[in-house]
Amino acid sequence: MNFAFTEDQVMIRDAARSFLAEESGSAAVRAAMSGEHGFDAGVWQRIGSELGWCGIPVAEEYGGLGLGAVELVLVLEQMGRQLLCAPYFSTVCLAANLLAQLGSEQARRRFLPAIAEGRLCLTAPLDSGVEDWHEAAALVQANRKGEVWTLSGHCPRVPDAGAADWLLIFAWVEGERLPALFAVPREISGLDIKPLEGWDATRRFSSISLGGVTLPAEDRIDDALRLEDGLSRAAALTRLAIAAEQLGVAQQCLDLTVAYTATRKQFGRAIASFQAVKHRCAEMMVRIEATRSAVYGAAALAAGGSTTDAQAIECAVARTLAADTCFFCAQEAIQLHGGVGFTWEYDPQLYFKRAQASSHWLGNADALRERIARALLAA
Amino acid sequence: MNLQPSTTDEAFRAEVAEWMRRHLSGRFESLRHRGGPGDEEADPVLRKEWERELAAGRWTCVGWPAEHGGRGLSIEQQVIFHEEYARAGGPGRMGHIGEGLIGPTLIAFGSEAQKRRFLPGIVAGTEYWAQGYSEPGAGSDLANVQTRCWQEADGSWRVQGQKVWTSLAHESEWIFVLARSEPGSKGRNGLSFLLLPLAQPGVRIQPIRQMGGGSEFNEVFFDGAAAEAGHLVGKPGEGWKVAMGLLEFERGVSTLGQQMHFAYEFDLVVKAAQANGSAANPQVRQRIAQAWCGLRVMRYNALRMLSGGEGPGLKREALIYKYYWSNWHRELGKLALDVLGPAGDVVSDDPRIRPLQQLFFFSRADTIYAGTNEIQLNLIAERGLDMPREPRPTA
Repeated sequence: MNFAFTEDQVMIRDAARSFLAEESGSAAVRAAMSGEHGFDAGVWQRIGSELGWCGIPVAEEYGGLGLGAVELVLVLEQMGRQLLCAPYFSTVCLAANLLAQLGSEQARRRFLPAIAEGRLCLTAPLDSGVEDWHEAAALVQANRKGEVWTLSGHCPRVPDAGAADWLLIFAWVEGERLPALFAVPREISGLDIKPLEGWDATRRFSSISLGGVTLPAEDRIDDALRLEDGLSRAAALTRLAIAAEQLGVAQQCLDLTVAYTATRKQFGRAIASFQAVKHRCAEMMVRIEATRSAVYGAAALAAGGSTTDAQAIECAVARTLAADTCFFCAQEAIQLHGGVGFTWEYDPQLYFKRAQASSHWLGNADALRERIARALLAA
Repeated sequence: MNLQPSTTDEAFRAEVAEWMRRHLSGRFESLRHRGGPGDEEADPVLRKEWERELAAGRWTCVGWPAEHGGRGLSIEQQVIFHEEYARAGGPGRMGHIGEGLIGPTLIAFGSEAQKRRFLPGIVAGTEYWAQGYSEPGAGSDLANVQTRCWQEADGSWRVQGQKVWTSLAHESEWIFVLARSEPGSKGRNGLSFLLLPLAQPGVRIQPIRQMGGGSEFNEVFFDGAAAEAGHLVGKPGEGWKVAMGLLEFERGVSTLGQQMHFAYEFDLVVKAAQANGSAANPQVRQRIAQAWCGLRVMRYNALRMLSGGEGPGLKREALIYKYYWSNWHRELGKLALDVLGPAGDVVSDDPRIRPLQQLFFFSRADTIYAGTNEIQLNLIAERGLDMPREPRPTA
């Protein structure tokens, strides 16, 4: 048993840290936020082709790097820290993850190599509930006639849909017990993508309506045998990814606050020297390191292989802690920045908005705790 | 990162578990899950016999080098030992101050004669130790020690003053004491580190009754108490260095064992909630899940600590650990009593209730001893975040 990072893992983390500090600073984030799709296409291009990050969790047989949850978490933490605006989360942590966990072999061969090479941008709905995409599926009906599927319904929240080449859409098929998964190309008749103006502009969401979108049979991409297990595993890994980003957000809130309080003087001294300020920063650090332990632990468990149930609970634990820590630190950052903390100009507001928006992605902390309690108290 | 255990580790784990299964039975059966902070008064006579049972199996001081009577186990195997010990319900160790604190201190700073004299008694479970650091005026500000010591013409030492919060002094043969050997000195300078027998006319031990009714702490009064000439550790005036070195020996190997006990207490709370129906209460369910999250945090945090974290330098996970576990434990105590409801307000001998009451009361001490919450937050801010330092005693 060894809980230390390998040299390669440290290298990946440090590379992510320096690239993102360079390319996703405050000015770059603000510029990306006001761009057409909400990200800098050049940076996204480099992430995909030059850095190869899209291939991190993709198996080697599909052209990926075949690395695991630990490497992915380390990169995502840095992305959260710099509020990277890019469809990385939707392409890799949602779509590629769903394909890997519950996609048919044919679908995996069709999409994963292009994703790994950074040539394709995909997305999928991001529910606010804890039922592992059953909520999303309930809003879309799929009917089959011969070799053609027809999809009707809507998805209230899909990240980066405006930039995606393909959308992975969950739907209910009458007579089936579990959600079905379809690949829908963006340019198709009957699909309407309506951008939402979110307060958190670092990750764009759209609402989508499907008015009788027709698809060939091969665009139903789930593997019936792995569907049930795969939904749970994919949801767990997406929660872990969200947790890793939230951890990065929290860390940056602390770093910004420590730096600011060291320079801000009142009563003739840096406010960082007041115990009231020190203790609040220390409390942030305690919660961040606790979250870090939970996130790294869940990642190590996922990477090492575990039962579906154990992985679901461990990732729910990490996600619960991360959401609470993230909001706590964002709120403390504003408070400890004083007046400038609630201005547009200073960065705490950007982290505060991400903290709140991300708090309910795939379930809020209260709902996840109830799920954990159900597992603990069932025995 | 790799959470998979090696096969040799698994074999060792099985060996410890099997030994515990065979030996923590019969007359020792009643000691299961007893003792430890908050329950130190549980059957000390039998627990000392248990220490000798452990010693006969060579299961005391397992991390010490073989030349001093230990097993020289690796960190991983020490962790496994502590985990399996706690998993089996092994009682709180009467010898932990000797094994964990003064023994390693003597190995690092003691003279050959001191090692020969004291280490075997610790290994064998025949001599027990108490720690004489805190004083009424030296709590968080430990360097403000006022107890005095001086050397007589024959080379022996005398001690005058008072120590407080001395765990298990009434069950111990020896005490190590930090005392001021240079009159007029202040702060960390001019202190010496002495070893004294407790059974002597110059020592008076007075129990302190705690809020939970028990008395596992004491005040210890020294009125010209004597220490042999050869029982000063390190050099006169350099006691602070020895005392601080001692605190470094807590390397975290026992923390996973401590967590096994926490998990046991958590299970007691869950069982209580299931038994009285409060497990259906949504708020209770939230708090149970939250407590579980804390258990997972502590486990992975300990694994981070034991893996050396991110290499040399700042150990952020180690810095937060005491604050984290003590506050978690205190919360668990409150949850336990909230789950019990009015039944928790009645003094009880019910084994499903009494341990939770003890947890509730004693966990109030967790955030105070070994660095209060407030001191911990200072340390975290200063060492972890490089924020400006609080005033320190002038050196």
